[in-house]
Amino acid sequence: MEIPMIYYVVVSTVMFFAGVYGFVTRKNLLAILISLELMLNAVDINFVVFNRYLFPQQLEGFFFTLFAVAIAAAETAIAIAIIINIYRNIRNIKVDDLDKMKY
Amino acid sequence: MEYSLIILLLPMLLFFVLGIGGHKMSHRTAGLLGTGGLFVITALSYAVAAQYFTQPRVEGIYPTLIPFHIEWLRFTEWLHIDLGILLDPISVMMLVVITTVSCMVHLYSFGYMHGEMGFQRYYAFLSLFTFSMLGLVVATNIFQMYIFWELVGVSSYLLIGFYYTKPAAVSASKKAFIVTRFADLGFLLGILLLSYYTKTFDFAVLTSGEVSLAATTAGKTFLGISVASWAMALVFMGGAGKSAMFPLHIWLPDAMEGPTPVSALIHAATMVVAGVYLVARLFPIYVTTPEVLTMITVIGAVTALYAAVVACVQTDIKRVLAFSTISQIAFMMVALGVTTEMQGHGALGYMASMFHLFTHAMFKALLFLGAGAIIHSVHSNEMSAMGGLRKYMPFTHITFLIACLAISGIPPFSGFFSKDEILAAAFEKSAFWGIWLSLVAGLTAFYMFRLYYNIFWGEEAHHEHTPHEAPKTMTIPLMFLAAVTCVAGFIPFGHFVTAGGYSYDIHLDWTVASVSIVIALAAIVLATWLYMRPNDKPARMADSMRRLHTWAYHRFYLDEVYMFVTHKIIFRRICEPIAWFDRHVVDATMNLMAALTQSASYRIRTLQSGRLQAYATVFLLGALFIAFVLLCVW
Repeated sequence: MEIPMIYYVVVSTVMFFAGVYGFVTRKNLLAILISLELMLNAVDINFVVFNRYLFPQQLEGFFFTLFAVAIAAAETAIAIAIIINIYRNIRNIKVDDLDKMKY
Repeated sequence: MEYSLIILLLPMLLFFVLGIGGHKMSHRTAGLLGTGGLFVITALSYAVAAQYFTQPRVEGIYPTLIPFHIEWLRFTEWLHIDLGILLDPISVMMLVVITTVSCMVHLYSFGYMHGEMGFQRYYAFLSLFTFSMLGLVVATNIFQMYIFWELVGVSSYLLIGFYYTKPAAVSASKKAFIVTRFADLGFLLGILLLSYYTKTFDFAVLTSGEVSLAATTAGKTFLGISVASWAMALVFMGGAGKSAMFPLHIWLPDAMEGPTPVSALIHAATMVVAGVYLVARLFPIYVTTPEVLTMITVIGAVTALYAAVVACVQTDIKRVLAFSTISQIAFMMVALGVTTEMQGHGALGYMASMFHLFTHAMFKALLFLGAGAIIHSVHSNEMSAMGGLRKYMPFTHITFLIACLAISGIPPFSGFFSKDEILAAAFEKSAFWGIWLSLVAGLTAFYMFRLYYNIFWGEEAHHEHTPHEAPKTMTIPLMFLAAVTCVAGFIPFGHFVTAGGYSYDIHLDWTVASVSIVIALAAIVLATWLYMRPNDKPARMADSMRRLHTWAYHRFYLDEVYMFVTHKIIFRRICEPIAWFDRHVVDATMNLMAALTQSASYRIRTLQSGRLQAYATVFLLGALFIAFVLLCVW
């Protein structure tokens, strides 16, 4: 028996909004980064599921997910490098202290 | 005569060399370079003149030569601007005049400007002026003439304002530039009208009779005056500005703020006769518009009288000479104005005008250079600081006396011959102008000898140190010009330059000549009686004509009239309202827009807080809002 599509969609929705909540409320840059990854992965799940259930003959959704994973890895590497540099500069990675780029 | 191009290019080269590299040279090098260059140009000009006037005549006239010609800008079939060199009797004559005087002034300046700050700059400007003036006289078309016309205006401006730390010199240079520019506006309009109807700029075509302005503008009138007359009158306006004709003469007396050799070169001998030259150049067209010639006669005659009266009471010796220059140029203008035909008896005035231009350039340059020598030794322009200088400055005294006799019209000096021709031409036209000019000639003799006696005779002023004769570099030009003044009258000028180009034998009309000599002698005797020995007669005479004296001393308040018209009427009634509109309506609209943008920006800029999570929240809310709208409302 196949698991119905709605189950996957519920899981990805929960993951996505968990990510959104974490992105908006957490103060630590690393936690924000993790929340970001959560949102990204929720979207990836959606891609795979929709591809699998709605267009079984095609592969675009799978490949898109693969690309997204690769890019997420690269992006994380860069983000962590930036966070390390921020830490070296201000000895702190709290997002509230990073409001220099304003008017 | 291809080498005539060098005459034009060498001064330009000198200008660039002295202008760019001058400050690295010593005064001596710069002066030698400038003067040496001018000697070369002068020699070349004499060679051109000799070659030109010894060539065989074609059908009784010297042919017009164009040894160099290029098309510079081509716009349409007939609208193209060319550059070139045109040699005909008057341009060759002008070449000789300009290079001779310029050469003498260069040499003279060596002594006069000795040790002056900006010596190299001075020589650079002199070269620029010489280049521009030569380009003006050899122009092949009216547009080239206009270009060089403006260039001489610029060099005149630069040289009047040479002592740029002196406020009087600065304002004088501005005045000269603005007044002549204003006149040049008329000149430009005249050029456009003229070439619009004749479809050419070329002097050769314009003056040969191939195209006729009268024919192409036949029947066209503006304000009741024919278009041909408008065109020629507007062209004359340009000439009147440069040649300081009433009422555009106001810049010339102030231009005396420049160094004295500059006054001799630009404001006596060469640039100020450009207007006369312009009228002479276009004379075949002027002949077809007799009403413009009448206007020229009237303006010239009024100017001649006005300037002579004012010159009688001025106390600054350079101003006396300036007004005398205005008066003498007016003589040349009148001589052109009374010319009624291209050949025959009525054409005498043209030759007389050119002859007077030639002789006047020499003796007026001599007078100015003499005045420069005097100023150099007593350090003042005022007559009251002079007196009795004949003992200290013998060379200057003798040469100045020769020039005074020449300008007064005493034979055998050059001025007599040319002025006599002008008077004869005026009498030819009508007795009225003849008598008018004879009276002005008498006034000329009077004010020149008033000047002479006040400088060299009369009461000796207290000098801080004994006046001394000028150095050799200054006296040699004086003696050379004095020699020219002595012999120039015997040049068979009518053989070289006449209106139609045919040879003409000058024969003195002894009735006219004797009358003018008697008038001149009477004026000289009067001046001798009044000014030779210190006495109270001049003061008593001034008292008896108090009002006339005051008015003449203040130049009949013409400067004040100009000031009133410009400041009180044009500035206040026209310029200020326009300025108000510009500031309060045009600018204000723009300022309002800028202010609105700025205040709006100040208000909304706090949205850019730099807080990442605030951005994310707003973004999220926005996304939710759009999703809501799309799902529920759409």
